[in-house]
Amino acid sequence: MSAIPLVPEPTAALPRLRSNEGLLSWVATVDHKQIGILYLITTIFFLLVGGLEAELMRIQLAQPRNTFLSPEAYNQLFTMHGTTMIFLVVMPILIGFGNYLVPLMIGARDVAFPRLNALSYWLLLFSGLLLYYSFIAGGAPDAGWFAYTPLSEKPYSTTPGLDYYAVGLLASGIGSVAAAINLIVTILTLRAPGMSLRRVPLFVWMVLFNSLLIVLALPSLNASLVMLLIDRQLNAHFFDALHGGQPLLWQHFFWSFGHPEVYIMVLPAFGMISEILPVFSRKPIYGYGFVAGSTIGIVVLSLLVYGHHMFASGLGFTLDLAFGLASMLIAVPTGVKIFNWLATVWGGAIRFTTAMCFALSFLFLFTMGGVTGVMFAIVPIDKELEDSYFVVAHMHYVLFGGTFFAVIAAFYYWFPKMSGRMLSERIGKINFWLMFIGFNLTFFIQHFLGWAGMPRRIYTYDNNPGWDWMNLVSTIGAVILAVGVLVFIVNVFVSLRRGAPAGDNPWNAWTLEWATTSPPPLYNFDQVPPVRSRRPLWDLAHPEQPDYQPPAGQGGHNQ
Amino acid sequence: MPDPQSPLAQASIDLFNGALLISTLIVLGVGGLLAYMMVRYRARSGAGEPTPDFGNHKLEIAWTIAPAILLTVIAVFTFPALRAQEVDTSKAAGGGTPDLIVIGHQWWWEIRYPQANVVTANELHLPTGRQLLVQLEGADVIHSLWIPQLAPKLDNVPGHTNWMWLRADRAGTYQGACAEYCGTQHAWMLIRAVAQAPADFDAWLRQQGAPAAAVPAGAAAQHGAQIFAQRTCISCHAIAGTAARAVVGPNLTHFASRQILAAGVLENNAANVTRWLRNPQSVKPGNLMPNVRLSDDELRDLTAYMESLR
Repeated sequence: MSAIPLVPEPTAALPRLRSNEGLLSWVATVDHKQIGILYLITTIFFLLVGGLEAELMRIQLAQPRNTFLSPEAYNQLFTMHGTTMIFLVVMPILIGFGNYLVPLMIGARDVAFPRLNALSYWLLLFSGLLLYYSFIAGGAPDAGWFAYTPLSEKPYSTTPGLDYYAVGLLASGIGSVAAAINLIVTILTLRAPGMSLRRVPLFVWMVLFNSLLIVLALPSLNASLVMLLIDRQLNAHFFDALHGGQPLLWQHFFWSFGHPEVYIMVLPAFGMISEILPVFSRKPIYGYGFVAGSTIGIVVLSLLVYGHHMFASGLGFTLDLAFGLASMLIAVPTGVKIFNWLATVWGGAIRFTTAMCFALSFLFLFTMGGVTGVMFAIVPIDKELEDSYFVVAHMHYVLFGGTFFAVIAAFYYWFPKMSGRMLSERIGKINFWLMFIGFNLTFFIQHFLGWAGMPRRIYTYDNNPGWDWMNLVSTIGAVILAVGVLVFIVNVFVSLRRGAPAGDNPWNAWTLEWATTSPPPLYNFDQVPPVRSRRPLWDLAHPEQPDYQPPAGQGGHNQ
Repeated sequence: MPDPQSPLAQASIDLFNGALLISTLIVLGVGGLLAYMMVRYRARSGAGEPTPDFGNHKLEIAWTIAPAILLTVIAVFTFPALRAQEVDTSKAAGGGTPDLIVIGHQWWWEIRYPQANVVTANELHLPTGRQLLVQLEGADVIHSLWIPQLAPKLDNVPGHTNWMWLRADRAGTYQGACAEYCGTQHAWMLIRAVAQAPADFDAWLRQQGAPAAAVPAGAAAQHGAQIFAQRTCISCHAIAGTAARAVVGPNLTHFASRQILAAGVLENNAANVTRWLRNPQSVKPGNLMPNVRLSDDELRDLTAYMESLR
């Protein structure tokens, strides 16, 4: 007599919530597609929360000496905005896409450790809830997302906010490491026959190196969070100068995680762009080897440059020079990617889908964020502009105009696969223009504010020449940007009900996820097509000119 | 940014202008190329798939090396500026006596002239044309001294002394701020630098070195001095020449000679002093000075005393 299983075997790929056991099947799922979707829903929810925090800050800053928010409220909001966007939105949204797409792209049934995968997701959700519970528990963290000691120590931050910060980030950090290990093992062991590591889609490649970077960098954060907790809860003095501790030690620990983190938040976006640009240019990626190889360069260098966050802390000439040079060097592999993407589009037949619009604007906005990034590698410039609004502009161009525009492109590109329905292109174009205009209006002018001497993280400012109208422009931009994001949410809901059916391969793309139904069945593939090049579906559709038989003169580096 | 007024700041600005030029060219190049391609390579109906192009190693090596060369050139230009801006700590810490010690507090600046035994707050005077050696300390949390027109910023770290050069070549008043987030009132932790001709500076320094009168002139001010001594004021503030010696809050010996009040939240005049004393928490919420609940008469007299501290 067989035991009655507590959780029924799943029968549908995307069980409806209202169906029998629908909710249970979502809560108990160990299926990478459902978990991937849970990741995306959760991160979009936190995106709205973090966005609301940003809007409140922009309202406060719309005019000088505004009293809309108290300094305490403002400081909690900017801390939570940064912490939310980094740990609960950008990083996990990329892991979520990886979760959903990697097994499909490599022709696998699921990730290597499905239960661990579920654990990673639930750690993320509950770490987010824990972090936000601090608002009710006596005050949210208020020492910035970077929580510099000694400001984050008990004597200077008396609310329990930073304890929730430490415990919350520790939980999400453990979840991220588990997810990364899962993805690494999946990619290394579960690839379809024929798919050598040199044939994986670039998104998979980027996720692989991103996950390696997570495993290398996150433990440093986790360890320092534990030390901070010991300081705060057990009265130790790791970072407390009064008792022989060293405040700067925290910065060294934190940024040795924090700078690789910047690349953790962008590498999978590079992967998304490397998938989307070729499909909508109707050309293969230009120089797969260089795009893939430069990623290794970025990963290695990203571990050696964290000191550029600390130039103003007084590292001294030698370290300043070393970290400055290493930081400049990282522009080389990043530049290679930009050039290769441009060359991919060159000579193509561009289809201006919403996904492509976001992907092309990624190229432009990320380049802007990149060149200002190089400026900060030039130490004397850094020491003038560090901690000013110039940095705010720079990092939003990288993380919002860069990563997040790529993520929205990815939604438009892969939503049909996930849901079986197309996102509306009509609403999509409105979405794109509102976000593009709103984003640039918000952040471009912040370069000038920083240049005019406005420091970051101030809840208000005096009526200095130009500061008032520039801040007002930025606030207006932020409102337009918010409307753009809401239009995206509306598009998702409208298209889920009324979107045109997607079919298996609506974009005529070439990677394996498009070889199965939309949405894919429970076990992903009835049959995995043969993989003999990087574009198996191109080979199927063009037997007369498959990639694995290159025309003369194209010496085989496409395999 | 208003024009830099010292070679130290100028070095950063020159590099910035160079980098800005290169960056603008790159951004315009990429943007222009994108715009061109969006027009030129728009998909046309009926046309087949474009010819696959899998890359060209020579071209790719070229666009790997070209930026590397450009960056090398930039790095070479960076070197002398960096050398000039940074204090050689091995020498400074050994034999150098600082001209100035700037200590960051939550949320005000303590400024000491150790050679003249002068202590003041939130207003930094310096003689024009001389490069001053500044010692930076943090009293509680990390702060960062940033006077954009005069020098690059550097942090005030508790338990870790930093050294920087400060210089102004033209007389004038320059705005500065705390650049490192330091808690509730980080926004109102401004500093004002006043650059004076050396003779004027020496006169200012002599005047600041003199103690305050033990008994101020006028009945109101005398009553104010009593309030200062009897109410909470004296437990945090020092006034040289009197019994007030505490070092928790700003030194007030020559309070009325300063331009700004409460690290920049107000201009320093009698009306604002009264407003501040009536309730510091409504003017600068979260700052560490409590509301001592003075009556209107007490406020008037204490203000008179504060205004006598010239």
